[in-house]
Amino acid sequence: MSHHLVEARELSHAYPDGTNSLSGINFIIRHGESVAIVGANGAGKSTLLLHLNGTLRATSGEVRVGDLPLNATTLLEVRRAVGMVFQDPDDQLFMPTVLEDVAFGPRNLGLAAQESETRALEALRRVGAEHLASKAPYHLSMGEKRRCAIAAVLSMGPDVLVLDEPSTGLDPRGRRILIGLLKEFTHTKLIATHDLDLVRQLCTRTLVLQQGKLRADGPTQEIFADHGLMEDCGLEG
Amino acid sequence: MASLAASLLDLREMDRIALQKTSLHRLDPRAKVLATACFLVVLGSYNRLEVSSLLPLAVFPVALAAFGDVPFGFFLRKVLLGLPFILILGIFLPVLDPVPMMRIGSLDVSGGWLAYGSLMVRGTLAVATATALVAVTGFGDVCAGLGRLGSPRFFVQQLLFLYRYLYVVGEETQRSLLARELRSHGRSMGWREYPSFTGSLLLRSWERAERIHTALLARGFSGTLPARAYGTSAIEAWAFMLGWSGFFLCCRLFPLPRLLGALVSGGTS
Repeated sequence: MSHHLVEARELSHAYPDGTNSLSGINFIIRHGESVAIVGANGAGKSTLLLHLNGTLRATSGEVRVGDLPLNATTLLEVRRAVGMVFQDPDDQLFMPTVLEDVAFGPRNLGLAAQESETRALEALRRVGAEHLASKAPYHLSMGEKRRCAIAAVLSMGPDVLVLDEPSTGLDPRGRRILIGLLKEFTHTKLIATHDLDLVRQLCTRTLVLQQGKLRADGPTQEIFADHGLMEDCGLEG
Repeated sequence: MASLAASLLDLREMDRIALQKTSLHRLDPRAKVLATACFLVVLGSYNRLEVSSLLPLAVFPVALAAFGDVPFGFFLRKVLLGLPFILILGIFLPVLDPVPMMRIGSLDVSGGWLAYGSLMVRGTLAVATATALVAVTGFGDVCAGLGRLGSPRFFVQQLLFLYRYLYVVGEETQRSLLARELRSHGRSMGWREYPSFTGSLLLRSWERAERIHTALLARGFSGTLPARAYGTSAIEAWAFMLGWSGFFLCCRLFPLPRLLGALVSGGTS
């Protein structure tokens, strides 16, 4: 069974107040693809991401991860398979030390303490943050926090990495390190961002959202070259 | 503003202290929670006018703090922080019961003052013990201990979130206050500003709390925090619990200070 695949079929979502935030979204993301989701503020990027691990439920249509349709019974399995890195690492990191925080996911998967710790250390090593293991998350710099937040998701062995604005708040060096890091991951990646330069470096394919609709889906280079489209979607850069 | 930041730092300091690896830290949290519960029951069972016979109980929090390597200054500060509440709690006791009960030198001491003194000693002991317990166990593990002892899951979960969101609300308040202060040109907050200030603070804390909850769920959180591994044996845990409970009962049943006093005066006369 392969989970290296995310699919949205006629995915729509309306908030309780009736605002349509997503309507009729269709896409298939295949094994190992690195895909950017771009769009102006309020285009529905975050809403879309929250559907991919079942935080929000589709009003109509469906999301499939691997062979599984996302529903109440597959929820936990999908959440393990889809590792979500949130925009603000402070929302994510909360245990007293980085190591415990990174081991939090594996522990929830039911792994023993020792095994969880091994996995956590391995994840920290992959993001170059082993030396931070015994530190408290609030003593870290933004770049370090972001790397730890990524490790906290890697430790659960996800098949798909979903990142919401991963380069926000990073200084140029921190950003460069992050991009280098993400390049090395062979995971299927979905990155929602305003950072078009990051998209150029990391993503071969781009989805463009505009007011809750999928406006364009294609190779990054082609999409970025379409100045009319980009300007129309508030993405001129 | 500064004091809020300091309190948050203090809480975090507490979390850090709780991560130490002394044998007391590695003891099964259930043993510590049960011993503390026994301590509180005994503390509450004394006559309301007792003062001196309560004093030997102070050995427990002090021993916890000492063997748990809790920095003394930090511990004292935490205990002192609780004191004003206790002082206010019993403020009317001396007025309500003015009948003299005993004499110290030429001074009549009324029942009210005795009860007040007793309340202060009890309150301080309770605060000190709770502080020491969290410092040598960690809040998460105290909750885990409560859970494994059969406390309702709902209750344990609420406690956990209360602790987590304490930081959230604290941090949001700090940010809002700073943002207001920087534009206030030294003017303090008028009563008109309070409702909208607290309102927006509540909403923002709420949103942030929701994001945190989402992030927890995304990593497979199912209502309980994973408990840490305990490095000590069950025998040690039982010994700790029974030993201390026995000590509390002795304190309760025998007037240790008086016996000690008799021993000392008997020895010197």
